[in-house]
Amino acid sequence: MTCLPAQTEKKLGLVIDLDTCVGCQACVTACKEWNTGGHMAPLTDMDPYGGRVDGVWFNRVHSYEHTTEQGGRTVNFPRSCLHCEQPACVTVCPTGASFKRASDGIVLVDEDKCIGCKLCSWACPYGAREFDTDVGVMKKCTLCVDRIYNDNLAAEDRVPACVAACPTSARHFGDLGDPASAISQLVEERGGVELMPELGYKPTNKYLPPRARTERAAKVDAPALEPIRADGGFLGWIDRMLSN
Amino acid sequence: MHPAYSVVFFTTATGAGYGLLALLGVLGGLGFIAPEFWLGLVGMALSLGLIAAGLLSSTGHLGRPERAWRAFSQWRSSWLSREGMASVATFIPAGLFGIGWVLMGKSGGWVAIVGLLAAAGAVMTVCTTGMIYASLKPIAQWHSRYTLPAYLIFSAMTGGMLLNGLLGSFGAGSTAALVGALLATLAGWGWKLATWHYNDRLEIPTTANTATGLAGGTVRSIEWPHTEENYLLKEMGFRIARKHSAKLRRITQVLAFAMPAILLMIAFALPWPFAAAASLLAALSQLAGMLVERWLFFAEAKHTVTLYYGR
Repeated sequence: MTCLPAQTEKKLGLVIDLDTCVGCQACVTACKEWNTGGHMAPLTDMDPYGGRVDGVWFNRVHSYEHTTEQGGRTVNFPRSCLHCEQPACVTVCPTGASFKRASDGIVLVDEDKCIGCKLCSWACPYGAREFDTDVGVMKKCTLCVDRIYNDNLAAEDRVPACVAACPTSARHFGDLGDPASAISQLVEERGGVELMPELGYKPTNKYLPPRARTERAAKVDAPALEPIRADGGFLGWIDRMLSN
Repeated sequence: MHPAYSVVFFTTATGAGYGLLALLGVLGGLGFIAPEFWLGLVGMALSLGLIAAGLLSSTGHLGRPERAWRAFSQWRSSWLSREGMASVATFIPAGLFGIGWVLMGKSGGWVAIVGLLAAAGAVMTVCTTGMIYASLKPIAQWHSRYTLPAYLIFSAMTGGMLLNGLLGSFGAGSTAALVGALLATLAGWGWKLATWHYNDRLEIPTTANTATGLAGGTVRSIEWPHTEENYLLKEMGFRIARKHSAKLRRITQVLAFAMPAILLMIAFALPWPFAAAASLLAALSQLAGMLVERWLFFAEAKHTVTLYYGR
């Protein structure tokens, strides 16, 4: 059913720290590695060794140059499904293949019902959905629904693959519907933002903007090295000898 | 947005088909167009043929067309599902109207009722098609008050043009049909110009800043996540038409509006077989022009995902 639940018990999602993301692409490859064998498998690659490589990915990391009056900086920006509270990708679906779970708010696609009309990818402003031309159905991030509830994994591994892989802990997973959760606290503390709030999709995932610049950085205006004075002392003698 | 040929043909063909069906249903059912076997047969075959061809073509862009029947289930939330249901449901009164008006040669009474129902179904289906596009917030050029009326006006315009050509061909042409087709064409022209005027001055609140959550200053894409074009860029990052849009808009105006209007005015002045030929030429020109218009409708539409790629 593509009507949205009035509310969800939990709002599971990600918080991505744009201050600490180094753009290493570890989350991208971890996502692909897990999900090509997971719930939405396969994440087909077309012509993987040819000149026109194409394939399905749930997580893509862009790099931007953000220039303000304070100066410019590089911001690495991971982009994936935001598991919106008002996901138009779900309501436009004509078949009921797309749905938002009432239990945890995860937006999923039932691959057996999808007719591949692609309308959901048009309705998503964030480009979270990618069409698998080989299988003929739409695919998207599952928030690793097959990891986070997986009793076969150790408790600390029951997080999305991208979160587990991040070497700088720039990715956080939790319940954004619970104001007391660590992840909600983090959003509160760091002033986390929604992407494209003006469109009204109410994304669950939040992004932590880069921290403000400080003046604490090392001063680099040290005096240039002076040549050793040629006269006097032991060092002067060495200088004369080596200069010959 | 990538203009898939199947969808361009689908929306143009069904628009004209439903326009013609609605006019035949109302005018034929109420007796304004007298039942006449060959005129009725060709008219109904043309309208239902265009609709059926369009619907079949639309399944051409599906990844799994064999599952298309599933699209009749989510009418509570999805305009695409509503379109599917309305289009199929309209075949029922349309078929009954065809039996009554064409095969039995009747108008009025129950034929009028099924004719009006077919017309209502046609209008509803065109509305659902328009709403599919009008409801998409990420595409500002579509998510506007111009989109739904455009689908209705163009459907009435192309349907009226086909009806005028049809009546002329069977020697049943009338000044009313000619004037109607001409006025609809001028209305369509005006609406298209107003839409372009509006779209060219759109101030879209969504920017690379809001897309990335990076407030203030400028956000410039310095590196993509991938080296080749991916699905998102192929489907939503289409740029060819924006490059040629001025030329394509001129072609649209000539083929869809100016030529048909001139040909219809010529038809006023000419005696029967020549007037009918001019009317038919006008219809052909307009349909060709509307294919260009629909292609531009897609190709000029800019999706918010392109902001992530600095396009």
